[in-house]
Amino acid sequence: MSEPVPDAPVLEVTDVVKSYGDNTVLDGISFQVRRGETKIIIGASGSGKSTILKLIMGLEKPDKGSIRIESQEITSLTDRQLTPVRSKIGMVFQESALFDSLSVRENVAFQLHETGVHEDEVETRVQKNLGFVGLADAIDKFPSELSGGMKRRVAIARALAGEPSIIFYDEPTAGLDPITSRKINELIIALRDLNGVTGVFVTHRMRDAFTLASQYAESVNGHVEYRREGQLLCIANTRFLMLRNGKVIFEGPDEVLRRSQDPYIKRFLE
Amino acid sequence: MPLTPKAAVKEVQDLSTLTAQAFIRSFIRPFYVRDILEQMDRIGVGSVVVVMLTGFFTGSVLTLQSAKSLSAFGAKGLTGQLVAISLVRELGPVLSALMLAGRVGSGIASELGSMVVTEQINAMRALGTDPVKKLVVPRIVATTAMLPLLTIVANTIGLLGGLFIAVYVLLINGNVYMSSAWNGLEYVDVVGGLLKPLVFGAAVAIVGCHCGLRTYGGTQGVGRSTTQAVVAASILILFFNLILTRIIWPPS
Repeated sequence: MSEPVPDAPVLEVTDVVKSYGDNTVLDGISFQVRRGETKIIIGASGSGKSTILKLIMGLEKPDKGSIRIESQEITSLTDRQLTPVRSKIGMVFQESALFDSLSVRENVAFQLHETGVHEDEVETRVQKNLGFVGLADAIDKFPSELSGGMKRRVAIARALAGEPSIIFYDEPTAGLDPITSRKINELIIALRDLNGVTGVFVTHRMRDAFTLASQYAESVNGHVEYRREGQLLCIANTRFLMLRNGKVIFEGPDEVLRRSQDPYIKRFLE
Repeated sequence: MPLTPKAAVKEVQDLSTLTAQAFIRSFIRPFYVRDILEQMDRIGVGSVVVVMLTGFFTGSVLTLQSAKSLSAFGAKGLTGQLVAISLVRELGPVLSALMLAGRVGSGIASELGSMVVTEQINAMRALGTDPVKKLVVPRIVATTAMLPLLTIVANTIGLLGGLFIAVYVLLINGNVYMSSAWNGLEYVDVVGGLLKPLVFGAAVAIVGCHCGLRTYGGTQGVGRSTTQAVVAASILILFFNLILTRIIWPPS
């Protein structure tokens, strides 16, 4: 394995092509995510957003192209070889994908149990992560007893259990009401700004995307506060990537995206 | 999916691959002993009542029918022997396995199928755990280990059901029935009769896991996988039964 280069991108996707049968979902996608950056991937349903996450997580293999995570090529690795790479990554799935047969505690502890972490340490970390998402009370419940928003928060706690430096979010706010979505977005902002977690956020909801790109979290006397960017401060660690028909049609910060003259993008933002 | 020859070959290939993967992984750490015991409880202990009922009714009806035919030859006293041999060699293993295909094969397929469509399998892989090791191996080990035991239960209850019918309905002396049953059985019958469920158990679990894991297309897909698992497992049981019978009791 090659030594990580200090300034190399955390995630580097180059000319990735993926088709299902005759349907080309991704047609030569390239982008990079630097350390501490959050990349928001937007696009209509079926534009291949979720497929990108599956590919960079190694759950599926691209037909062509290269995917590097911390300079390591992952497209040729088997599930077994991918384990050390995946331990650096947390993933929040579209419909939470919690294990129904396990309690909230066991869901969050799953990865820790699998890697043989000591039971006391497991309990501490489970408490800490559930506390972070505000669900310390739900520890003994089962996923079927939770609301949609609570499930997403447990899914975030589960993704955080292995203390990853990268997190992928697959439409974490889909199907949630605005208040619950806001809570989820705040968690993601806090992880980005206070913990320095690198993120890839897939969504088709522009409202959530712009919240992420225009607000930041600050720790004031041990209490997290959320503020909006203004004249003096502009969030530079969150950038957009827009997909259409398997191709990248825009890449850059929200200010540029909002001013775009492209008719498709303008219609999408309305 | 239409059953073309190509699809059938692909199916056999996929089943063999899964079997090989599961076999190799069952020797690699971690061993998931807790999951195996949990599955043994669900599959084995959970199926005891169903298998007991199957055994009882089969043994009873077998006694009724064979006593009728045998008395035509004045050999009513041999009823026990005929029932015992039929049960231990064929009906016990096959019917228990078919009940398990319906109860356990369908359960495995629908559980794993639901996990596929709700992305729990992907989540498991993303968390660095191999679903074949964590889910498939414990189910195969548990089913393979439990079916021979369940078959013993079915045979025993079947013989007792037969005894009940013999004594109270056919008015055969109970000692005659039991000693005839005991003398009729040979060593090879017992060993062969326990070898069969070992193979059937593995078949039920592997087919259930295979059908579950290749589920696609939402909840409708889960239903389809479950049906396929039961049908395929049942046919495989009957097929292997023919092969194994030919091998264990070669025609002289």
